[in-house]
This record gives sequence, structure tokens and C-alpha cells, in this order.
Amino acid sequence: MNKKYDVIIIGAGISGCAVAWKLARYNLDILLLEKEADVATGTTKANTAIMHAGYNADPDKLKGRLNVKGNEEIREVSKKLNIPYKEIGSLVVGLEDDDLSVIDELYQKGLKNNVKNMEIVDREWLLEHEPNISKKAVKALWAPTAGVITPWEAALAMAQNAVANGAEVKLETAVEDVLVDEGRVIGVKTNQGDFAADYVVNAAGLYADEIARMVGIEKINITPRKGEYYIYDHAKDFEVNHVVFPVPTPISKGIVVTPTVENNLLIGPTSHNVESKTDLATTREGLKEVYNGAKKLYPELDLRDTIRVFAGLRAADDTEDFVIEAAENVKGFVNVAGIQSPGLASSTAIAGYTADILKDEGLILSEKKDFIETREEPVRFYEMSNTERAKMVDQNKDYGQIICRCETVSYKEILDAINGPVGARTVNAVKRRTRAGAGRCQGGFCGPRVVDILAEQLGIDPTEVKQEEGNSQILEYKIKELLGSRVMNNA
Amino acid sequence: MLKVKKDLVVIGGGPAGLAAAKTAYDDGINDVMILERDFELGGILPQCIHNGFGLHHFKEELTGPEYAQRFINDIEERDIEVKLDTMVLDVTKDRKVYAMNKKEGFLEIEAKAVVLAMGCRERTAGAIGIPGTRPAGVITAGTAQRYTNIEGFVPGDEVVILGSGDIGLIMARRMKLEGADVKAVCELLPYTGGLTRNVVQCLEDYDIPLMLNHTVTAIKGEGRLEAVEISEVDENLKPIPETAKTIKADTLLLSVGLIPENELSKKADVILDDRTGGPIVNEGRETNIEGIFACGNVLHVHDLVDWVTEESQIAGAHAAKYIKDNFEKTGKCAEVKAGENVSYVIPQKIELESGDRKRIPLYMRVSTPLTAVDINLYADGEKLYSFSEPFAKPGEMISVPLAQKTLDDLDNLSEIKVDIIEKEGE
Repeated sequence: MNKKYDVIIIGAGISGCAVAWKLARYNLDILLLEKEADVATGTTKANTAIMHAGYNADPDKLKGRLNVKGNEEIREVSKKLNIPYKEIGSLVVGLEDDDLSVIDELYQKGLKNNVKNMEIVDREWLLEHEPNISKKAVKALWAPTAGVITPWEAALAMAQNAVANGAEVKLETAVEDVLVDEGRVIGVKTNQGDFAADYVVNAAGLYADEIARMVGIEKINITPRKGEYYIYDHAKDFEVNHVVFPVPTPISKGIVVTPTVENNLLIGPTSHNVESKTDLATTREGLKEVYNGAKKLYPELDLRDTIRVFAGLRAADDTEDFVIEAAENVKGFVNVAGIQSPGLASSTAIAGYTADILKDEGLILSEKKDFIETREEPVRFYEMSNTERAKMVDQNKDYGQIICRCETVSYKEILDAINGPVGARTVNAVKRRTRAGAGRCQGGFCGPRVVDILAEQLGIDPTEVKQEEGNSQILEYKIKELLGSRVMNNA
Repeated sequence: MLKVKKDLVVIGGGPAGLAAAKTAYDDGINDVMILERDFELGGILPQCIHNGFGLHHFKEELTGPEYAQRFINDIEERDIEVKLDTMVLDVTKDRKVYAMNKKEGFLEIEAKAVVLAMGCRERTAGAIGIPGTRPAGVITAGTAQRYTNIEGFVPGDEVVILGSGDIGLIMARRMKLEGADVKAVCELLPYTGGLTRNVVQCLEDYDIPLMLNHTVTAIKGEGRLEAVEISEVDENLKPIPETAKTIKADTLLLSVGLIPENELSKKADVILDDRTGGPIVNEGRETNIEGIFACGNVLHVHDLVDWVTEESQIAGAHAAKYIKDNFEKTGKCAEVKAGENVSYVIPQKIELESGDRKRIPLYMRVSTPLTAVDINLYADGEKLYSFSEPFAKPGEMISVPLAQKTLDDLDNLSEIKVDIIEKEGE
């Protein structure tokens, strides 16, 4: 076996990354394992990207307790780690008189969960603050503490901060077994060899039940629940100012209409259980349901300027609650499972709660003296003024070459995304870090350039460059050396 | 920040920008700068290595690179400043252009006139919302063309093409020539979106099936594309579930429309036409913003580069006139309207001084395929004259000149309308 770690965390989604970030402040050797080629490629990359205020979940559930705490913590954490976050507030909009009792129930639940500053607002307020909202809108629950966040950037920022504080991240490392000796966890077996550890945290998302079964835990059962979405170009001229929900049903918060942090309008999700944990296909019916749902809230909304459809899978446990607990049968094994909505909003609180459990299990949490609290802000050219851009280019000419024209992403940003901590290895990993390819042309223009830069920086052939996971190579084979051919001159 | 002043700044060094710059220079504007974001001039033409370019403009058949090279030579022979690898970030309505490149850093260029010639982009899979997964191997036909002809990589072996736009047709043949199995070109509509000659030379000559009234109803595969499901559509263009069949493929190329790239134009408050996706212009190709002109595919999507050249010469000439202060508007404006079966007409308005009106070609597209048509021009509701054509197709642009007599009377007109009608009894 290799070196022995104090804690191994299985899965680098938002939960695993948050646990790594939380633990990295202590004197611990931490290893974060991820089976895919990047962090945040599962549920974390495909969801509604909301920091819920916390009025939905029952106060007696973990969801209810951790959501509000996570929501409060994110204000400070997002500043320290430079995670794009906007506290734009949410509205649950009632369109019929019947909806009013549900709105009132949510308000009461919010009070119990200690959600701050909620108000029930009337039609006039709505028409003033959401001018495009349905004329049928009667009343709404306004929760100003809700916000929108970039989920993969949140996970990445936490992973990078953990690495800055000494944690290790191993990508493309799939756990095949959890090693147990005399009722105590001793490590994991992976496709990249065995790793020894005193504690193992199971944050494997959709696969958390399969990992739990490796130590004989049968009670966790994860059902993939699909959510489909449309996303619009940020140039779309349609005003939506809050995270806007319809009144919820018992199983779903309904089709949401919201701007993202980067001002792309997002509509969705559906909520349907599916058989396969890899079924990420959008469907004709699902997309129709999304659009019809969005139109109930915003009748004038059309599908012009949509740039992508996508689907994500929520990891729903049978209990419909987070399952965060130490295993009863195996010492040192902690499950962080069933993290569906509001998992993103709760992530820092989930991490804190997990750290407490590990402590109870005997892990010693002594704070590092030289703990680095912050993550340096990545340069985001697209949100800079021309004066700021001019300054950046003066400092480094590599900022002067724009690779992604739709999202104004420079060559230097792409180099940094590849060569920085927890660097990008795939085209989609570059997209998540820089937004190159996330715009209206969907990588039509910058795709070939990003492939070329990845190949050059990673020292591989362009035909080996992948879009995301598995066999997702983009190019088949090289035809011939073309005389004078040159994608770009970086000399 | 480097600050410079220029008489004319041309944004985009494709066929539109090159022709506009050349014409303005020849009309006496010697202080011209072309800003090009790619590493070479020519726009999309260098990757269009097939022939068929220049039949109208040069009266000979050229490849895309050859057509581009003639204009690049013209530019090099003149004292026109070209900045390559230079991205324009902003254009203001008082004609300040902000751009960046690696060598000089950030540039602010104050221009007397600006020609917008940024071209267009392709509609993507996401934009049309094809259901299914999002594997590698689903790309636009133009991106595949760049990979194949510029970078030298084949994007796949088993190919299905959705959409029968010209780039899709050209790439069907191109992939076949590289040894790929091109299984079908699916077109949602009952007719092709591309030129007739491309259907014949790229599909029929290579036995590539063209499936009209068909669309892709699902994309399958987790890493790389594994298959596509295609279905026939009914008369309302809705897929018929019973007709669905799965075709094994590792590559799906999309040729489902082109969108003029007007993000910069919007920053300068240029007003766009909903139908073309490009600016609303007068016969000099001037937008609603004084001194800002537009030509080529940024204005409306063309079928042939020859028409891009013709239009860009008009824009270049008028930009030159504008810079020389030789540009009086009548103050009156005749609107040009698209009538029955016409999806749009360029220019949308006629408003310059009467001395200018030697020849005003109207460019238009028909909204549905028709055979044996009359193209009728009306002035304030009164029929002026007609042209007959054996057929009219949405994929092929129609150019109709406004006659001198109309032009002479123009100051008194408020509306010119064109309709295209099938002849009765045929």
C-alpha cells in the first residue's frame, strides 16, 4: 500500500469537496478521490444552482437544519474562496387563490427553520419587481436570503483550497472496494491501486449506496431522479430578477425560472425517477414540461436564444432526507449520502456536520497554524471593464488573445485553468473553469482552439483530447500534415 | 492603452470586410484598418476548399481559398493596415472601436466610419433542443469543416447530417471523400435549404441519401455519440413516433441555419431586423447609427459569396462618401416591404440623395419553394413591373434591380413592396 492518510473522501462533487475543504484546516492528511476526469461532473454540474433560503424542508429533517446554516455560511465562504454568488432572493408565486394556503405554510415552516427576512408580498409588489410575471400572480413568498451560485466553481474552489492546505486530489480514480479489518475501515481499493486511511467518507453521490454496500450497509438506496433544463444566452432580452418558483407539490419544488450568476436565464427542472444512474438524456416530453411550466409563471417567455438543453440526476435516498451518519457496523466509515436539493445550499453545513461526526468517531481535529483561508480570485475577463482588461493585457500579453469570442475568454485564462491547482484535463473542464464554449456558439468557434491548447499543454495528441468522460474523444484521426497549417501562433 | 485615429475601421477580414475596405480605398479613403480575429484573412473561405465560388463576380470557377486570395492580394497591394489575431470587444455609437491582441495589447480606435463585417455563426444542437444525451461527436458542420480542412483531423467515421444547408451538403461529400460512411442527410422541411447544385454534386453524385421530412429525435451515447434516432415528421413538422429508427453513428453534423453575429452591433445601439437577424440598413448599407455600415453575412445570410462582394462594395463606397462628407440624405425615406411569399428584402429603406441612385439591387429570399413565378414590384400600392423566373427557392437569394424610373420618382414614394407569386394555371 501507498502512504497512509487520515481521511479518504470518495467523490469530488460538492459534498466531497466541501468535506475536504472543511477538514483541510486541521492537521490531517486528506485524499479526495474522483472516478471522473474532473471534480463536479455528476449532480454538481447539472442542477438549478440555487442557494435555497431554507423554508421548504421540515424542521425535523437534516435538510431543514442544514439548509439555513449553509445559506448563512455561504456569504462569507463565497467571499473568501471567490465563488460567484448573488443573493438575488427567491419568490414562490401563487397564481390561484388555492395557492395562498401553501404559501402561508411555507412561510410558517421558514419561521421554524429560522429563515430571515421573509415577507409575503402582493400583486403590486410583484408587478413592480418582476414586470414579466404572469398577470394571474396573486401573492408570493419573498425570501431575500436565497441566491444563485455557480455550483461547479463552488466545488472547484473548495477542492483548490483544500489542495492549497495540503490535501491531495486524485482524478480518474474509481473506488472498487472499501477495505475493512476487524470491524474498522483501513482504506480503499481503486483502479489506481490501494490507499490506506483511518477514516473513509462516502460522498459518492448517485453511487453512495453502492459504496455503502461495500462495507455491508444495505439501508441506503439511491434513486436517480432526473431534472431537465433549458438554458438561454445571457444576451436574451427578458427580465427575470429573482429565483422564481411556482407553489411546490409534495415531491417537487416545481419548474423554476431564474437567472444564473452569469445572467443566463435557466428554466427547469422536471422531477422523474429513472432506472439508470447514467441516464442523462433529455426527452421531448420533459423539455415540453419544462417550457410549459416556465410559461405558467412567465407567459411571454419564448424559446428563442436557448443555447443548450441538459439533464441532471438528483441522488434521492428512500428517506427523502440527507443521510449523514457514521456506520454502525464499521468504525471510521461515514456516509454523506442522499444529498439532493437543498444539497448545494447546505454544502458547507454538511461539511461541518460531517467533521463533527468524524470527531465523535475519534478523529482528532487540531487546527493548522498556517491554514490558508482564501482562494485567489481567478481572472474573469468577461466581467471586467475595458479599462481593467487593458491593465491585465499590459501585465501579460497572453490576456490579449481572446479564444472564446462569445464569453470573452483569453488565452491566459485557459492556460491557468489547465495549469492551476486541480487543473482542467478535458474540454468541458476548461469550460467550467473559464466559460470558454459556454456561450451562444457552444464551442463552435473556440472548440478547435481549446482542443489544440489542451493537447499542447498536456503533451498529448489532439485525438486524445476528451470532451468529458469515458471515450469522449473529439477527433478520430489525423488526415495529413497540411502545409502551413497553424491553429494559432503562440510563439 | 494604444489610442489611434482612423478614417475607416472594418471589423472582420472575411470576404465582406475585404471588399468593403478595397472599395473604400479605391474611392479615395487611404486611412483604412481591417481588424480580424483569426490568424489569417479570408473569413470562412480558407476552409471552403471546394469549388463553385466566383462564377458571377469573376466569371470563373474558384475554390474558397482562391476567391479569398484575390481579395487578400488586392488588400496587400494597397496601403491598408491589417491587424490579425485581434478581437474587437466593443463598438460605440460614436464609432470608437475597442480591440485587443497579443502584440499591442489593448487598442482604442476612433473611426470616422465603421463597417461591420463580422459574418455569422451556426445554429447549434442546444439551440434547437434535440432530446437525448450530450456526447462528443455532435458538432456543427462548419466546425467539422474547420477540423478537416484547416486542422487536418477527421472528426468521425460514421456520419449523420441534420439539416440540408450548404455547409451540411458540402461536408457530406467532404467526409465521404475522407473515407467516412455518410449515412444520411435529414431535412425537417419538404425541401432542401441549400443550393440545387450542392444537392446534385454533393449528395446525388455520391449516393448519399437525402431524407426530406425527417429529423433527429434523439441523440444516444454517453462518452462519444453511439447512435441517433431519426423520425419522419408530419405536415406540422411534428415527429411521427411509429417512424422512429435508430442509425448507428459516431458523428452528427448540424447544418440547421446561420445566425448573423450582431453582438457588437447591439453594443453600438444598431437596430436589428427580426427577420434577417442583421441590422436595418438603407441602400448604402448604413445602419440607423450614422457612419456605421454593415455588409455580408452580418447583415443577412447570403447563399453565394459573389453577392457578399457586391453588397460590400456598396457599403465600402458609401462609407467612403460618408467620410468625404459627400453624403446627403433626402430627409425622405421609402420603406421597402416584403410582400407575399417574401421572407425579407434588403435594404429595408431607401433614403439617400437622388444622385446616388444609379442602381439599387434589392436582395430577397422567398419563404417557400415556388415554380414559375412572377416577382412583382409595387410603389405605394401601384404595380410597377414584374420579372418572371422558372422557380424560386428559399435557399437561393433573388436579386432584383429597382428601375431608373422608380428611382426618379422616389422622393415622392413612401413604400416599395415586392411579392413573389406563382403564375396562375401553371
